[in-house]
Amino acid sequence: MRLRKFGLGLVSALALAASMGVAHAKSDIVVAMQLEPPHLDPTGAAAGAIDSVLYSNVFEGLTRFGPDGSVNPGLAESWEISEDGKTYTFKLHEGVKFHDGSDLTADDVKFSLDRARADDSQNAQKALFTGIETVEVVDPLTVKVTLKEPNGSFLFNMAWGDAVIVAPESIGDIKSKPIGTGAFKFTNWVQGDRIDLEKNADYWGEPAKLDKVTFKFISDPTAAFAAVMAEDVNAFVGFPAPENLPQFEADSRFQVLVGSTEGETILAANNKLPPLDNIKVREAIAHAVDRQAIIDGAMFGYGTPIGTHFAPHSPDYVDLTANSQYDPELAKKLLAEAGYAEGFTTTLKLPPPSYARRGGEIIAAQLRAVGIETEISNLEWAQWLEQVFKGKDFGLTIVSHTEPMDIGIYARPDYYFQYDNADFQKLFADLTAEDDPEKRSVLLKQAQEMISKDYVNTYLFQLAFPTIADAKIKGLWENQPTQATDLTAVYWED
Amino acid sequence: MLQYFLKRLLSLGLSLVAASVVIFLALEVVPGDPASYMLGLNAQEDTLAALRQELGLGGSLFERYATWAGGLLVGDFGTSYTYRTPVAGMIADRLWVSLPLALYALVLSTLIAFPAGIWAASRRGSHADGAVMGVTQLGIAIPNFWFAMLMVLVFAINLRWFSAGGFPGWDAGFFVALKALTLPAIALALPQASILTRVMRSSLLDTLGEDFIRTARAKGLSKGQALWRHAVRNALIPVLTILGLQFSFLLAGAIIIENVFFLPGLGRLVFQSISARDLIVVESVVMLLVFAVIVVNFTVDMAYAWVDPRLRRRR
Repeated sequence: MRLRKFGLGLVSALALAASMGVAHAKSDIVVAMQLEPPHLDPTGAAAGAIDSVLYSNVFEGLTRFGPDGSVNPGLAESWEISEDGKTYTFKLHEGVKFHDGSDLTADDVKFSLDRARADDSQNAQKALFTGIETVEVVDPLTVKVTLKEPNGSFLFNMAWGDAVIVAPESIGDIKSKPIGTGAFKFTNWVQGDRIDLEKNADYWGEPAKLDKVTFKFISDPTAAFAAVMAEDVNAFVGFPAPENLPQFEADSRFQVLVGSTEGETILAANNKLPPLDNIKVREAIAHAVDRQAIIDGAMFGYGTPIGTHFAPHSPDYVDLTANSQYDPELAKKLLAEAGYAEGFTTTLKLPPPSYARRGGEIIAAQLRAVGIETEISNLEWAQWLEQVFKGKDFGLTIVSHTEPMDIGIYARPDYYFQYDNADFQKLFADLTAEDDPEKRSVLLKQAQEMISKDYVNTYLFQLAFPTIADAKIKGLWENQPTQATDLTAVYWED
Repeated sequence: MLQYFLKRLLSLGLSLVAASVVIFLALEVVPGDPASYMLGLNAQEDTLAALRQELGLGGSLFERYATWAGGLLVGDFGTSYTYRTPVAGMIADRLWVSLPLALYALVLSTLIAFPAGIWAASRRGSHADGAVMGVTQLGIAIPNFWFAMLMVLVFAINLRWFSAGGFPGWDAGFFVALKALTLPAIALALPQASILTRVMRSSLLDTLGEDFIRTARAKGLSKGQALWRHAVRNALIPVLTILGLQFSFLLAGAIIIENVFFLPGLGRLVFQSISARDLIVVESVVMLLVFAVIVVNFTVDMAYAWVDPRLRRRR
């Protein structure tokens, strides 16, 4: 006992010495991003900005995404899956405390999952939870989740920002005072300007290396450039002006990370609207579009060409760009075969991001070259959701689908592009029921091929995610497997 | 004077009611559902319904107008759809940035325009006059957001005298906060000061040509004495009009400048709220701006009456 005490003392003395040794390294950071969260409840809105600030920093789920997109243990240190794949028994970490000092227990987990799937739930990803039959508290640190059907992606689903664990007593104020279990505590929000976090001294896991974090919100690309250049901010995640990246790359004060995202950027076609209901016409469009020209022209060269609705950094990705190589002559031939030798006119509705607005102009020119005229209309997001997404009143549109592993949207015939293929729906049902990783991989590849061959949409590129940071900052996420700015491992190099 | 005051007050009230109806109707017909904006692409129909229910998006147009306008009367601006906090508090927070910014810009533009205008007018036709006219021409022609970016480039990126934007808050200290508002205020003030200088100059020149100035000179006042004692005050009426218009412009028109300098002001709030279809915030802020404009005009009218006694007696 005494020896242990001595050991402990020694360790803390060493820790003190070590911390004194690095005392001159900066321990605060100002991170800028474009969009401000509307409120601070990740379980109550789709806004990615909420997760960009809070995911993993303040809130944690049973499982969590690593920087490479892998699913790792989070608040659950381990789990057992029953033979039939329907029951998951999670063992929670001991000694986890919420930021208000209360203990995390299995009751909190039950509360969080039940709240997300309740009738009056306002969870933007409610579909992640609807497969849950019951959530039972076995003991304070054990919780048993029973599913209606086996679901091979359940652990993946539980890593989403929408599935973080919240405490019932903090729900009332969660939108302005988020209380989680993470390595950082929320301290202050000056709406329109910034959010402050500070290190959680009682964190159950590996403690954060930074003491203080400030997130600033700068929406204007020119202002973003100026703020980084003037070193008002230490890092800008999701930098909005790709044309300025070479300038930062040439400047030794900065490091530029160009990571990948889960954002499949597609030229979506209304599969129910003639003549786009004709697969030949959609195939013609796919061949009429020169992806590289769009990546170069609209994204200043940042972006990875894709041939299907799947992230290229995923181990299950199949490169199917060959199915839709740029070939205007072939496009014209296909149009003639479909009975549109003279071409046709359709609408092209563009939401605000520059990939859509700039890309739209280029695509319109490319389509015109094969005889397809487009009437471009620029929409705000709210209008886009109303007209295109909900009203399905469009011919073509450009949008980036940023949810991770969202190929399942092709199994929903009422989804805005209205792809209705029973084979795909069956394939996806099999995939959901399968939990063997190898078999899942085979099915995922089949799914990618099926939608590529059906030319549901024209798959353009995977959205790149540029981060500019002070050259001395280490440990930033390069990629965006989910929308997050995980700062738990970030530190300043001496 | 009292009759004049009451008449103005009545027209103020009527303008406010008319404005509230127009603002409400204009925004209610804007397409877009705040609930689907908030819940995104994967939201389920039942989730959307639950949210709409909570936001109080049901009810007839008239009912919603009555709730909103009735709330405004007692100072209740409603609750923001997206932020879920009372709109009044949000506006108050933002006003602590926008109001000082507008005042700062107004003071700057007055401090520049009055001396420059008087100086140019008193030396009509000289090189000094020519220089003032040239510079103000430039000041009107240059878009202020462009000028703002230029200043950021020079003073923030190259010289590092100022930060490129942002606002530390008044808690950080008066001068720290004032410093953060300096570049935006200059950017806002530049075109205003230019316009005001020109108005001041031409108004003063008109006045200087009046008979009473000749009389004043004839009874022995020097040029300077005639200018300061008689001309300037008489030249102020058109200048006050412009100043009144400018204050409203500075408050409402700071949207672009607030975005260039990422200041958490009213302009930025409106900008964010429009794209999020947070209509209640937009309606209330626009209404507040209308209120400000109308009150400023009212004040200017009252100031005319003070400067020009003839207006008080006129019916």
